[in-house]
Amino acid sequence: MKTIQSALTPRRPARPTAPRPAPQMAISALLLVPALLLLPALCASCSGKQGSSAADPGPNQAGAMPAEGDKSASNNSNEIDVLLCDGETKIAVDPATAQSREQGQAIADALMTQWKRANGDQAWEESVTRAHPNIPPPADNSELIAANTQGEGHAYGNFDERDVRTWERETTRFVREGAAVFHDGDALGSTIAVSCDMCHPDAANTHPETYPKFQTQLGRVVLLRDMINWCLQHPVRAPAMAPDDPRMRAMEAYIVAQRKGKTLNYGRH
Amino acid sequence: MKKHESVASKHMRERDEMFRDLRRLDRRQFIKAASAAAGFAAASGLVTPHSFSTINVADAAPGDGGQGGFRIAYISDSHLYDKTVNDRFVRALLRAVDDVNALDPQPDFVLYGGDIAQLGQPKELELGAEILKNLKAPVRMVVGEHDWYLDMGEKWRELFGEPNYSFDHKGVHFVVLNSVVEEDFWTARGLTPMQRMRTVAGLDNSGQNPFTVGAAQREWLKNDLAKLPVTTPLVVFSHSPLYKLYKPWNFWTDDADQVQAILRRFRQVTVIHGHTHQLLTNRIGNIDFHGLLSTAWPWPYAPEGLPELTVQMNRPDPFNPQDGCGVGEVAVNPDGVVDKLYRLWNRNPVTVSSAYMRSRGRKDRPKSPNRDGY
Repeated sequence: MKTIQSALTPRRPARPTAPRPAPQMAISALLLVPALLLLPALCASCSGKQGSSAADPGPNQAGAMPAEGDKSASNNSNEIDVLLCDGETKIAVDPATAQSREQGQAIADALMTQWKRANGDQAWEESVTRAHPNIPPPADNSELIAANTQGEGHAYGNFDERDVRTWERETTRFVREGAAVFHDGDALGSTIAVSCDMCHPDAANTHPETYPKFQTQLGRVVLLRDMINWCLQHPVRAPAMAPDDPRMRAMEAYIVAQRKGKTLNYGRH
Repeated sequence: MKKHESVASKHMRERDEMFRDLRRLDRRQFIKAASAAAGFAAASGLVTPHSFSTINVADAAPGDGGQGGFRIAYISDSHLYDKTVNDRFVRALLRAVDDVNALDPQPDFVLYGGDIAQLGQPKELELGAEILKNLKAPVRMVVGEHDWYLDMGEKWRELFGEPNYSFDHKGVHFVVLNSVVEEDFWTARGLTPMQRMRTVAGLDNSGQNPFTVGAAQREWLKNDLAKLPVTTPLVVFSHSPLYKLYKPWNFWTDDADQVQAILRRFRQVTVIHGHTHQLLTNRIGNIDFHGLLSTAWPWPYAPEGLPELTVQMNRPDPFNPQDGCGVGEVAVNPDGVVDKLYRLWNRNPVTVSSAYMRSRGRKDRPKSPNRDGY
């Protein structure tokens, strides 16, 4: 059986402890599925390797689509495997049932359903959103796509709705990742099950707008991340994080988001 | 006709008088007496403890409630994990117990303001109960949300009894309420008991419902108070503040208005509550409200709705472990108005006096902070 890898791209978490973001269902990726199915090599022999991942949810979990496996493959040698780009999630598809955009969408949905089942923390963003619905949203850039703001003949600065939506979605998600780390002693690496929100509910009293400033106790001018690391090592009793640690970056994003609208006032004590 | 006074009574009376006189010393006399004592200590080869800082003892004394009044001590919000998981909060509660045991004279009883456990686990609750057994004075327990939502209070009740009860002490009627009753949000979402517990344990977690006292307990409260004359001084213990301060953090009791209505006919009511981990003072109608300090960590002040009577504590110093934490005392006057002492561990103690409450904040105002929250 021929195996085709779809262009759906589940984002991998940067750290095993960090929440695992769900794959993106970009429209363009979905359109690729039917396109791939129309390739001439559709009727290939049934030699595709059987999915053997422990996370494989097994048959009958791929929504409306036929389950992949030797049995179904032997029943219909026309079937091909469509593989999610994680290299593990796949379903067998009869090309005859994959001609329209709707059918392509159904295949993509089935793959995603299967991936979500196999990845138990796929609902992390939903649970963060439920727990912290009032994180201030990122700036609204919709004025950039108003008709009268489009420049003529400029290579840079002409944006469309998709740009604005992508910025908003990705930035919000990054902030939510930060909220998840901030509220999770295990993700922080705490040896005593302490998390940041215990002293800083909604990131109160974190005042990122006051950095950099000289901190006598640390003997130098510090940035927000230096204070985060101090807190990690002392009240939280966790190892310090590298400045580019994805958890540190996400936490900084969350803390700054929570202080939206505050005037920058570096050096304030 | 004067009653016979035993040797022991005479000793206690004289000692009480001595302590009362000591509190009347003005600052200059106090420093004189204190230096003499320090000189004596030095001469005897005693070493001042590492944590010694000059505090104004005259301010620190909460009084004894005057003639017919009495004093209670409090510990609250220790948020214990099992000691193999986290020793930090365990040490803090041990420190609090030592502090209260060192009080001389001892308080009539000790109020525990709720949240002795962090995740309501049997080991946490048992550890808390075991540590509190070291207190010399009897303990009155209040339940907090961290104690409750793993097994819906099963273990807590086994260890401490029912969460709502009442008793009389020296002419004052005390009522203890379970103010952390939340409507079911977990069944529909199919949460496990631990997921439910963790949701409730997040102060800023909006995936839960507001705290209430609930219809059943309000009915019980009505009945409990039915026969009392309006002149009875009334003190209520709860975990959440019995008013509406800041809903996102459950500094809030959703049926507070109905509870206050039940208390309205009394001349003087004082509510003492945990949960807020900070100096917090309010008065609504005939009801005074006082918060308690935590032994585990201080909370920042809510971004809105701070009561007018509240004099904030300075924001906690992150470089000073246990800053903003502590224990305290409550001197209950015969009329039910209290002098509320916040015995902050690493700072000067703060007294919110009965004179301050009676004058609606005009007299005897506690010292204002100079570094409040950002």
